[in-house]
Amino acid sequence: MLERLKCMLVKEFIQALRDPRMRFILFVLPVFQTVVFGYAVNTDVRQVATAIYDLDNSQESRELTAQFVKSGYFKVTEYVDRDSQVRELIDRGKVKAAIRMDRGFGAAIRAGRSTPLQIILDGSDSNTAGIVLNYAGKIAARYSEQLQLQQVTRKGGIPMRTGGVELQSRAWFNDNLESRNFYVPAVIANIVMIITMLLSSMAVVREKEIGTMEQIIVTPIRKFEFILGKTIPFVLIGFLDVALITLVAVFWFEVPIRGSLLLLFGATALFLMSSLGFGLFISTISQTQQQAMMSAFFFIFPAMLLSGFAFPIENMPPAVQWLTYANPLRYYIVIIRSIYLKGVGVAVLWPQMLGLAILGGVILSFAVRRFHKTLS
Amino acid sequence: MELATDTHNGFAVTLRNLEKRFGDFVAVNRVNLDVRKGEIFGFLGPNGAGKSTTIRMLCGILEPTAGSGTVAGFDITRQAEEIKKHIGYMSQRFSLYEDLTVAENIDFYSGIYRIPAARKNARKEWVIEMAGLTEHRNSRTAILSGGWKQRLALGCAILHEPPIIFLDEPTSGVDPISRRNFWDLIYQLAGEGVTVFVTTHYMDEAEYCDRLGLIYRGELIALGTPGELKSRFMAEEVIEVLCDQPQEALEPIEQLAEVKHAALFGRGLHVVAERADDAIPAITARLKELNLPVNRIEQILPSLEDVFVSQIESHDRKEAPQREVAS
Repeated sequence: MLERLKCMLVKEFIQALRDPRMRFILFVLPVFQTVVFGYAVNTDVRQVATAIYDLDNSQESRELTAQFVKSGYFKVTEYVDRDSQVRELIDRGKVKAAIRMDRGFGAAIRAGRSTPLQIILDGSDSNTAGIVLNYAGKIAARYSEQLQLQQVTRKGGIPMRTGGVELQSRAWFNDNLESRNFYVPAVIANIVMIITMLLSSMAVVREKEIGTMEQIIVTPIRKFEFILGKTIPFVLIGFLDVALITLVAVFWFEVPIRGSLLLLFGATALFLMSSLGFGLFISTISQTQQQAMMSAFFFIFPAMLLSGFAFPIENMPPAVQWLTYANPLRYYIVIIRSIYLKGVGVAVLWPQMLGLAILGGVILSFAVRRFHKTLS
Repeated sequence: MELATDTHNGFAVTLRNLEKRFGDFVAVNRVNLDVRKGEIFGFLGPNGAGKSTTIRMLCGILEPTAGSGTVAGFDITRQAEEIKKHIGYMSQRFSLYEDLTVAENIDFYSGIYRIPAARKNARKEWVIEMAGLTEHRNSRTAILSGGWKQRLALGCAILHEPPIIFLDEPTSGVDPISRRNFWDLIYQLAGEGVTVFVTTHYMDEAEYCDRLGLIYRGELIALGTPGELKSRFMAEEVIEVLCDQPQEALEPIEQLAEVKHAALFGRGLHVVAERADDAIPAITARLKELNLPVNRIEQILPSLEDVFVSQIESHDRKEAPQREVAS
């Protein structure tokens, strides 16, 4: 048993590590993806390119413009004086927002009347537009408050003391709400899934393609020896990639890791049962590496979309939310983010770990059962 | 290797009504066969005749639809894994790991076959020497020529010194000298008592076998030594006609009543006739009429190819009426 397994492993490692393309996929790609998510993927909205459409050009209108700039959320890139210019700038994507103040804006304020402030948004990016709108609302409200205060003071009165509620928000685990802290740890889940599922299925199917499978199955090797020989290397490679991404996340991007590394590896082991189980299953239904790749992506895309990696599960329709319970990636991502940011342990994460163990057990045993040492 | 296992009444392989269907297609149709221990048995047939399918069933990697068989005394349906310990198998694809070196390929298979540590090195050196790869032991297999790959693949398949070897078109895509060397190797193994079961579609290779089975459309249509096949399975007689314009002579000869069939063969013609004594004068007369000079005309011993063609044709003649009834 051990001798055959040993030479399977030696062969698999030689094959995986000797091929420069494989080395690239195994070790460079994970770091590359982490860096991309660390730098490029940022859902924070800051310095939105904005056009000022000021038809009044009064002290008040300039004051409000300054307030927008000062907030840090808006960056004035254009000044316009015609509707058509606004249209043109938004069409071309030069600005995401335009702030319009009509003639008489300052006069109305000075006379103590309300006056409209219009904000035009590029709604094609609904997420950003929503956030910008929210910021703009707050800025406008604060400016109104200031005006009231000034007017009361100017009239020599003492500002009325009214009761009010002031919201003091604090985001636990991610004080500055950095999207990097949210995405980078979850890259682990994506990389581990892609590398182990895709490469393990391709490693089996490649032997079918080059004909060595036929040669292997006429030897007395046992089914379990073959399967273990094909999967163990990817378990180790999966662990290695977890370590690699963690190093980049912690030391390069300064993402905090507050929980136990041991637990992270334990959860990875549970997740690998599902991921390698799918890989093995794909190898039983594919004859060529190309088929294996197509089949793997058939699993990988829905798994990523329904994992909560980028799109919140709470926003999905209830039926789809139920579906996500069958997705091992969902549990793994919750575990990773909790270990990284919340620093919680098994006491909190056991339901997710149990979910992974059950799904992994079912998928893996199904795949192993389907795998036969014969040609069909 | 245990001795008891490779004798089943002295037969290395026995097949009884072995059948394999893929859907409606009958790939192997009730084949009966006994291969004696130590024999070089050749399985001869055109592509798609069922040679590889049969060999795969014998190796325990394809399950028969019906019938039974034994290899090295083990049942092919129930003891497939036992069979695998006692056979070597090499397919036409020389299935080696091209990204591994010669030595790494050998080490891999010797680990899979669990060659005892004491024999491991000796077997490895034997394979390297046999394949002529002493200089290339640390080269990747991908750079080797076809002949080298073929012998290395054979070496890896017989590292565990199996008493029976199955070779599925072992010489396809290999140059003539490598083919000749390969057959020398097979003779050497047979001389040591190994049973060799080999498929081929090369007629010259078929001549090297002790016994031959002719397989056509899944059926075993003739069985015997090359000599037996030529004498016993050829009901007609063969005449060789050497002339200057064989192409032009072909049609007039075929039209003669005394002739059953004629075909171009090298620089002359092979003519099949019921009785050569009747056909020779008829052919001579006809060619003289047409002013086609004949250099030589005589009855010859049929070649395996003549036998093969004649057997296939008589098989098709028998089958054709049945098929018409069926359709």
